[in-house]
Amino acid sequence: MSPLSARGVRKRYRDTQALDGLDLEVGAGTVHALLGPNGAGKSTAVNVFATLTRPDAGEVRVGGHDVVRHPARVRSTIGLVGQSAALDEALHGRENLVMFGRLHGLSKADAVRRAGDLLDAFGLTDAGDRKVSGYSGGMRRRLDIAAGLVTRPRILFLDEPTTGLDPRGRHEVWEMVRQVVADGTTVLLTTQYLDEADQLAGMVTVLGAGRVIAEGTPSALKSDLGGDRVIITATGPDDLARIAGVLGSAAVVDPDRLEVTVEAGAAGGGAAVVEVVRSLDSAGITVDDVLLRRPTLDEVFLHLTAPETEHHHEGAAR
Amino acid sequence: MTALTSTLRQTWVITLRDLKHWQREPWGPVFGILFAIMMLLIFGYLFGGAIEMPGGGSYLPYLLPGVLALTMMFGIDGTMAVVTEDTKRGVTNRFRSLPMSGLAVPLGRAIADLGNSAVQLGVLMLGGLLIGWRIEGTFLEAAAAVGLLLWLRLAMLWLGIFLGLTLRMEGALTMVQVLVWPLGFCSSLFVSPETMPGWLGFIAAWNPVSATATACRDLFGNPTGITSGVLADHATLLALAWPAVLLAIFVPLSVRAFRRLG
Repeated sequence: MSPLSARGVRKRYRDTQALDGLDLEVGAGTVHALLGPNGAGKSTAVNVFATLTRPDAGEVRVGGHDVVRHPARVRSTIGLVGQSAALDEALHGRENLVMFGRLHGLSKADAVRRAGDLLDAFGLTDAGDRKVSGYSGGMRRRLDIAAGLVTRPRILFLDEPTTGLDPRGRHEVWEMVRQVVADGTTVLLTTQYLDEADQLAGMVTVLGAGRVIAEGTPSALKSDLGGDRVIITATGPDDLARIAGVLGSAAVVDPDRLEVTVEAGAAGGGAAVVEVVRSLDSAGITVDDVLLRRPTLDEVFLHLTAPETEHHHEGAAR
Repeated sequence: MTALTSTLRQTWVITLRDLKHWQREPWGPVFGILFAIMMLLIFGYLFGGAIEMPGGGSYLPYLLPGVLALTMMFGIDGTMAVVTEDTKRGVTNRFRSLPMSGLAVPLGRAIADLGNSAVQLGVLMLGGLLIGWRIEGTFLEAAAAVGLLLWLRLAMLWLGIFLGLTLRMEGALTMVQVLVWPLGFCSSLFVSPETMPGWLGFIAAWNPVSATATACRDLFGNPTGITSGVLADHATLLALAWPAVLLAIFVPLSVRAFRRLG
């Protein structure tokens, strides 16, 4: 049975249609990413799945239970880690975990044991007996996620787990998510970053304006976009043709910006940069700059929503 | 485990959590007590000399029960502040995502805040005794007065919980912190409603905090400053009824607001 399945979920807040017929199916034991910009409906979706928000229409089953008819049953199968670290700042890390364990219905002894295990598992043992208010962003987030795992949920919701973290904190959280999934928990995470979905998720659902606009594995989505590109800036206009000649027929020349662009292909951006530099070097061409560009979420969006926009224009013209 | 025992257990976990806050960060409640002492000194010494009691007598025995009632009422914004903070941080949402009773979180908060208020009351009464206030009634009457004050506080803190859960706009807390002043002062807490213009005195006499203050003055054996009217005749009844009405409204509304927050 799928840990989460949603059909035609709609939710309206005053003048915004936050969810506009969302369908979603999450496979057991996977990391599934909901990718989208601010306002795409990611958090609303998570809040509906976690029983915090009542949908206007549609059907959602989490762990086999209907979120509207049996919210209490859903709550005992999920862990929720919201956008801001939902921790008690005045309490110690360990006390936070024990409190959430006890509220989940664990006995005091069990809650203490579970808290100790979680702190150990995520490298927080040393910090466990200090106040949360003194934690770094990454530590806080890890403790926050640990708090969502207190009762070994079937599915863990992570709402933008790395937003606002420094690179080190992001990597710590990524490592933790991998560990959680390795232990058999299904994870549904929302993110604004394509590379985060790429790093963690087996399946990505792209949301825009409250509905699914694309779905697939990260590599399938990226190949849809044409993937990474290498951009070479020439030292002068005379070199442009030579560079293009060396790099083959796929090279696109932009004379105004003195740039030549090539698609990275299946081997990936890093390999493509090495290849480009090597060919230019052996041809004896010096260049101003070589830049690797990965598709950004903006580009994913422009790409995915462009046909629809054109369609709109046609409709308006008629 | 039955639903009731698990609700009580969850409530207790929340209560202990709220109490631990004061142990770790005691400045909130300590400041609350200092504030009440300040009010006592301002009205007792700065304004007190100029305030004439209808029918004579000194001001302090009239004032002290008023300050006690004011402290209970000003608990609204203290409770609202911590509830707002939990909601803003997402802690409330995490509680809501747990398989727990909708009553446990607000009830735990209520018990913890009531404990805090009992300490505040004790300190203030002791301070009052030190500067010359006297309890003229029996021990039981004094205990009943304390009970009425905490009863008022209970109603005020559920109002605070409700406001903290529902007023989400920026500045809501400041607005409430400002509004409690006219609501607290338009009452019998500091001066007798009989010294006010008729219509204002009428409103002041019907203020719920006036009922508690007047009933406490009766029970402590202090002057009530009121000679006639419903408040003079039925202060204790009103002091029981007003908070009961507020609780009947705001306990269910708060539990509902907790569940409907999203």
